[in-house]
Amino acid sequence: MSQSNAERIHTEVASNIWRAVCGREDLVDNSGVVVWLEGVQVALFYLPEAAEGSTLYAIDNHDPLSGANVIGRGLVGNLKGDMVIASPIYKQHFRLKDGSCLEFPEQRLRVWPVRLNGQHVEVGGFSAAPQG
Amino acid sequence: MNSNVVTLNKVQTLIVVGNGMVGHHCVEQLIERGALDHYRVHVFSEEPMRAYDRVHLSEYFSGRDAESLALSDMALYQRPGITLHLGVPILEIDRQRQEVITAEGCVAYDKLVLATGSYPFVPPIEGAEGDSRLVYRTLDDLDTIRNAAINARRGVVVGGGLLGLEAANALKTLGLEAHVVEFAPRLMPVQLDDQGGLALKARIESLGVGVHLSRATQSISAGEQYRYRMNFVDGEFLETDLIVFSAGIRPQDALARQCALELGPRGGVMIDQHCVTSDANIYAIGECAAWNGSIFGLVAPGYQMARSVAAQLCGETAEPFMGADMSTKLKLLGVDVGSIGDAQGATPGSRSYRLIDEASASYRRLVVDATGKYVLGAVLVGDNSYYDTLLQYMQNGIALPQEPASLILPSSEGAPTLGPAALPQAATICSCHNVTKGAICSAIDTGCTDLGLLKSQTKAATGCGGCAGLLKQVFEHELSARGVAVDKSLCEHFAYTRQELYALVRVEGVTTFEEMLAKHGRGHTGCDVCKPAVGSILASCWNQPIMDASLVPLQDTNDTFMANMQKNGTYSVVPRIPGGEITADKLIAIGVVAKKYDLYTKITGGQRIDLFGAQLHELPDIWAELIEAGFETGHAYGKSTRTVKSCVGSTWCRYGVQDSVQMALTIEDRYKGLRSPHKLKFAVSGCTRECAEAQSKDVGVIATENGWNLYICGNGGMRPRHAELFATDLDDDTLIRYIDRFLMFYIRTADKLQRTSVWRETLEGGLDYLKDVIINDSLGLGAELEGQMQLVVDRYECEWANALKDPEKLKRFRTFVNDKRPDPDIHFVQERGQRRPIMAAELNLIPVTEEVV
Repeated sequence: MSQSNAERIHTEVASNIWRAVCGREDLVDNSGVVVWLEGVQVALFYLPEAAEGSTLYAIDNHDPLSGANVIGRGLVGNLKGDMVIASPIYKQHFRLKDGSCLEFPEQRLRVWPVRLNGQHVEVGGFSAAPQG
Repeated sequence: MNSNVVTLNKVQTLIVVGNGMVGHHCVEQLIERGALDHYRVHVFSEEPMRAYDRVHLSEYFSGRDAESLALSDMALYQRPGITLHLGVPILEIDRQRQEVITAEGCVAYDKLVLATGSYPFVPPIEGAEGDSRLVYRTLDDLDTIRNAAINARRGVVVGGGLLGLEAANALKTLGLEAHVVEFAPRLMPVQLDDQGGLALKARIESLGVGVHLSRATQSISAGEQYRYRMNFVDGEFLETDLIVFSAGIRPQDALARQCALELGPRGGVMIDQHCVTSDANIYAIGECAAWNGSIFGLVAPGYQMARSVAAQLCGETAEPFMGADMSTKLKLLGVDVGSIGDAQGATPGSRSYRLIDEASASYRRLVVDATGKYVLGAVLVGDNSYYDTLLQYMQNGIALPQEPASLILPSSEGAPTLGPAALPQAATICSCHNVTKGAICSAIDTGCTDLGLLKSQTKAATGCGGCAGLLKQVFEHELSARGVAVDKSLCEHFAYTRQELYALVRVEGVTTFEEMLAKHGRGHTGCDVCKPAVGSILASCWNQPIMDASLVPLQDTNDTFMANMQKNGTYSVVPRIPGGEITADKLIAIGVVAKKYDLYTKITGGQRIDLFGAQLHELPDIWAELIEAGFETGHAYGKSTRTVKSCVGSTWCRYGVQDSVQMALTIEDRYKGLRSPHKLKFAVSGCTRECAEAQSKDVGVIATENGWNLYICGNGGMRPRHAELFATDLDDDTLIRYIDRFLMFYIRTADKLQRTSVWRETLEGGLDYLKDVIINDSLGLGAELEGQMQLVVDRYECEWANALKDPEKLKRFRTFVNDKRPDPDIHFVQERGQRRPIMAAELNLIPVTEEVV
């Protein structure tokens, strides 16, 4: 992975603070893992050979339809040019880049900026001080 | 948006009174037609719960909670411009001032829609009160019934109509001894004739429900054996602990009476063909409305009215409501009942064909007109598979075939079915959304060549979905008729069917998804349709461990984590118990694991033990202990061999003629781990008494004096199919050889997610062809199929044992990769001594405690 790709950012950064959440070795190629970040469950998808080059996405792990925290265990796909994740329970699809749902416009998942910094995976948009 | 909508200077206020199924449908239709650009919409509901599915109300007692019965997401009513007032009844309508009055104040309206529905009619009977005067209509009513049923043994429903039988089903679900008391001399007097009523009675009685006909209840007094005693007019009596009245409905027209709208002769708000009441600003729809003096107590005509009003309010031209076809098909207490048109043959000169099958308590009647050319109506009890065809004949005036009786004869007689070509343009394909074949054809003519697009353009098959099969047939037929090749592509990445992909994998020796996509697909990455499909084909052909790095991203979540995900995101674990045979030590080992991880334990239908409620990070520990105790994975998560059920056979049973357990073990050991288009179930019975139920399995084996009879392509589940006898008196080796060939031929030629039963029904040439290929080796494939199977058998490895040896593979089994905690959102409650997932409705009862980080 080249350095420029490593710093790819998918969403406007709401805050300049990047939080290290896990190591690069924790990621699974072409699939998802979940991190715990200040009470929020964030699913990370690592696609080393996506159409637009090596890519990392951070998206909400909570599936609004089933109410279970399972998005990180869904199947990655590409539908009509968009990278999507299919919920493992009812199989609806969410666009990884903005969290929008293909089937139900009212369901939208949160997404966060995410990058690889050396061997660390960093998520942006969270405040600096951990709460609680 | 429609261009002929009047431009409005100000936004008008529209009030919908009632949030039942019809009121809700009206709101949905309004939103869809852009009404929120012109109206502020207020919806008032007397009930505290937003619109729910009353048609499936009895499922509330079989595990569905209120939320899952809801017809929409709450989000629908949270859009700007729409306000839902739950638990706020309208007290009065002031037509002069155009206001409604509620306990919370007045709201002015420009237009008002009454969708207040109906209420249950309870005949005035002396002594009927409290638990002897229950009704069955709302979720609230159901809660009351549930409370009354605590400590009750017997429950009676007064009324043997459609709703009464639904209510009886509900009582039965609550574990009560259920009885139905009907005033008329037959059940469902409106929809059925005498013979149909008799057949239904026989079926229902065989389910343990008491049926009492021609009984009028005079009074209710205290009982001796039970709480109450119902005294009938003829002097007979029946004792019971609770009584539910379901003796018909009455339109809820109280508001209309209060504000002096004109009513129908037998109640209900009088409407014209545009659903307008005697006040031009007020509409009425659904069961509260009377058109031409009649009330329509089904959901389809109510929806029709709702659509019409929504269209008018949005300035569109609406089809007038000119009455409705009251044909209906239902499943009551699990019994198919269908009633079409003039079911009782009331039309002068009409004649009937009848089929009475007393052995299975089935009944079918076909009513034709005096000329004998057209269908007027029909009655079906016991089998609704005839319904769709008969309805098409009736609704579209299609001329009857030479032998009209063939339409109701048992299907093995080869009754002519009505192909898509025979349907006229006016034929209704989707009755929920009133889509005709003509509308489908014109959508295709304007360039729609995608089934999904067709559905969203025409709305066909998006209501109850019952017409989806017919829609697909019509669609494909019309496309072919226009010379368009029907697109049978797997998905946007592969323009091939599963069978074609299988051939490509085999012939070219493809071993990875990436190779397949690069050589034969298009686009990047694939999707959740093609990845598991290709993954399954690769496994069927080459049987590599599914957790290998290149295969992991292909699997659906269950295959990826080698466990079955349940609704709250936890997993269930099923160790293999070959043939259902297990030692005491192994039983104890399972018990120890279940206890240690607090898993909910249930015996499966396939003679195994299912352990529920494991979190992702617990799976490797659980499996380490199970493997240590000698277990292997049961593949319950895969489209693969599941179980081989068996009876004890000749070893113990005085009737057994062969050792069925040994044969079950041989079969299970051979085919365990085999991946296939869909799951595979097997069974072996030790004699013709068939205790292992082999004739409902994909592969069934039944012992004979001389060897084994082989049955194939049976199925239980939603569409049961008896397996067919394939070969008789086989020795052990021949039996295994035939099964090898059969399974591999199925894997080679079946469609994605197609069970053997469906595959067999679509197989050209049928059973004879299959016998030719497998037994006579007519295609010369025998040795090849056996060789392919042997490769899969030789490469078998327990996937869990394999994964536990590999730290890379174990990395995935972490709930959070940066934290040791379990998922804090997973909650359980205790029920019958074990834990189960909490239901949404119970969640707010949980005390929230701060997690200590």
